[in-house]
Amino acid sequence: MSGHSTYQPQNKFLQWFEKRLPIGGLIHSSFVAYPTPRNLNYLWTFGGILAFMLGVQIVTGIVLAMHYTPHVDLAFRSIESIMRDVNFGWLLRYLHAYGASMFFLAVYIHMFRGIYYGSYKEPREVLWILGVIIYLLMMATGFMGYVLVWGQMSFWAATVITNLFSAIPGVGETLVTWLWGGFAVGNPTLNRFYSLHYLLPFVIAGVVVLHIWALHVAGQNNPTGIEAKSDKDTVPFTPYATVKDGFFLACFCIVYAWFVFYIPGYLLNGDNFIPANPAVTPAEIVPEWYYLPFYAILRSIPDKLMGVIALFSSILVLAFIPWLDTSRVRSARYRPLFKQFFWLWVIACVGLGWLGSKQPEGIYVIMSRVFTVYYFAFFLIIMPLLGIFEKTKPLPNSISESVLGAKA
Amino acid sequence: MMMKRTVLALTIAVAVSALALPATAEEQVAPPRLSWSFAGPFGKYDPAQLQRGFKIYREVCSVCHSIQMLAFRNLADPGGPGFSEAQAAAVASEFKIKDLDDQGNPIERPGRPADTFPPPFANELVAKAANGGTAPPDMSTLAKARTYSRGFPWFILDAFTQYQEQGPDYIAALLKGYEDPPKGFQLPQAGHYNKFFPGHNIAMPPPIQAGQVTFDDGAPQTIDQYSKDMAAFLMWVAEPHLVQRKRIGFQVMIFLIVLAGLMYFTKKKVWSAVH
Repeated sequence: MSGHSTYQPQNKFLQWFEKRLPIGGLIHSSFVAYPTPRNLNYLWTFGGILAFMLGVQIVTGIVLAMHYTPHVDLAFRSIESIMRDVNFGWLLRYLHAYGASMFFLAVYIHMFRGIYYGSYKEPREVLWILGVIIYLLMMATGFMGYVLVWGQMSFWAATVITNLFSAIPGVGETLVTWLWGGFAVGNPTLNRFYSLHYLLPFVIAGVVVLHIWALHVAGQNNPTGIEAKSDKDTVPFTPYATVKDGFFLACFCIVYAWFVFYIPGYLLNGDNFIPANPAVTPAEIVPEWYYLPFYAILRSIPDKLMGVIALFSSILVLAFIPWLDTSRVRSARYRPLFKQFFWLWVIACVGLGWLGSKQPEGIYVIMSRVFTVYYFAFFLIIMPLLGIFEKTKPLPNSISESVLGAKA
Repeated sequence: MMMKRTVLALTIAVAVSALALPATAEEQVAPPRLSWSFAGPFGKYDPAQLQRGFKIYREVCSVCHSIQMLAFRNLADPGGPGFSEAQAAAVASEFKIKDLDDQGNPIERPGRPADTFPPPFANELVAKAANGGTAPPDMSTLAKARTYSRGFPWFILDAFTQYQEQGPDYIAALLKGYEDPPKGFQLPQAGHYNKFFPGHNIAMPPPIQAGQVTFDDGAPQTIDQYSKDMAAFLMWVAEPHLVQRKRIGFQVMIFLIVLAGLMYFTKKKVWSAVH
């Protein structure tokens, strides 16, 4: 694709520097001149929002780490000290705790958008898989961060989740002991979770660079799902995408601030305000809301090993959808059947999330099973078959035609 | 169209069947919702109420319950019970703090503002032994640790109405929720029946009687008033920076709304050329 302008610095020093390290040109071509489809809707602003959230988490996290003590006897107290004694510690802590929730909210919208508009299809398979890797890293990071609080729910979530690995035949028990660094969740577990919780965000940042790189090679998908063909189909990233991303980021921050300043207790589990106590099991062990669908999948299967396999498959299956989806048409806009199956799948995901917060008994188990079957059927049966049987709607000739009508 | 309707019908059927079924998990009676001075976007603690709650804590609760994360100096923090620094220091000096002297001998000295409230029991085992096998919980984060599930659809509405006072509502209800057990209820020995406690069997005996604590400000000396003041005090103990948080939150909201507005019009201007 041809750019709209190239980087030619006027300043003598910048010219000298550019000859030696063309970083100005890289930034210019990536975030200024970079051609972006003119028909992108607001769902495409979530990439920028996610980059912002990663930044917020790293900055608040680094400052929190200056005040946090990763020791089983001191961790809970040190977090309360942050809430009480550190200047604006309460703000940092709530920004970080809700930052995780907002990060996941944004990533889920980003992923739903990718699936709806077929953004994973050729030539964006690697871009999509890098996204799945980021998501996996996010889940690991979020989980370990939750454990650091060392409240009751932290401790028991750590126990339940690490115990999943004990289902692996043969090496399971050994593996779990190795993960714990002992024979139960304890101080070595907390220490290594802290170390990894500090490390993984930088790994995420690295994969995000690859993700953006891959994006800038293939170019952005767009609501029509057809490639940009001429300069008429695109607008330069700056100012068009920058200002649009900025506006929606400000709106997103209003929601974020609402949680942080007005309802900070909304998503925090009450049991996690009780210091961890290995001798007392809470009445209900529930993960954070962003893991609930997977928790429901895990519990919908009576066999532990099969449950764990289903849990991991439900995430890993995402990496294969570029090949599971056989349709040549990308966007659901022109795929009437896919669109309906997609929304059913969204209902299944939200339903599984709700069921994950319920005790696994009675009708809830049956519902979890129905939704779990549909969750997998959507990827493994519906996606491959639709490509063969679905009658798609005619595609527009170009992006500009779809925006401006015949006059283009 | 057919497909869509089927989908919708199925969704509704599943949702209705789920809601209609009785919850099988342990029943918890929802506490009545009270009005609190610290609720809502402009909520502030009522210093007089916090001082009354503090008086109840000192004279009644502190016999069994610790507040290990509360320091005497916190009593003079802005947005709290509104004691002066001299008053906070005076309160501190009335407590005995375990310490070591210069030769390393254990001593008891008067408290200083930087000290935290000393616990009533030397350790958890002593606390357990003195209370029939159940250690009274520390109260530092109790108002955030005790809550109840609001259920669908209320939990969604709560995000918009900013209902955040489940903890104090529950504590206030619990303090006056002692009743005679209904017929057929098997109450274990040393247990007490409380309407609002999950499972109804609570180890704590009714903690306070009407008239037990004297208020100097003319507030009624009833269990109803005691329970409200105590719940408010515990909310402050658990979330001491609530007032500052809501004040800054309002400034942040104004800033973000103005920023979003300006960004919106900038975006409109920029994009007007290509639309």
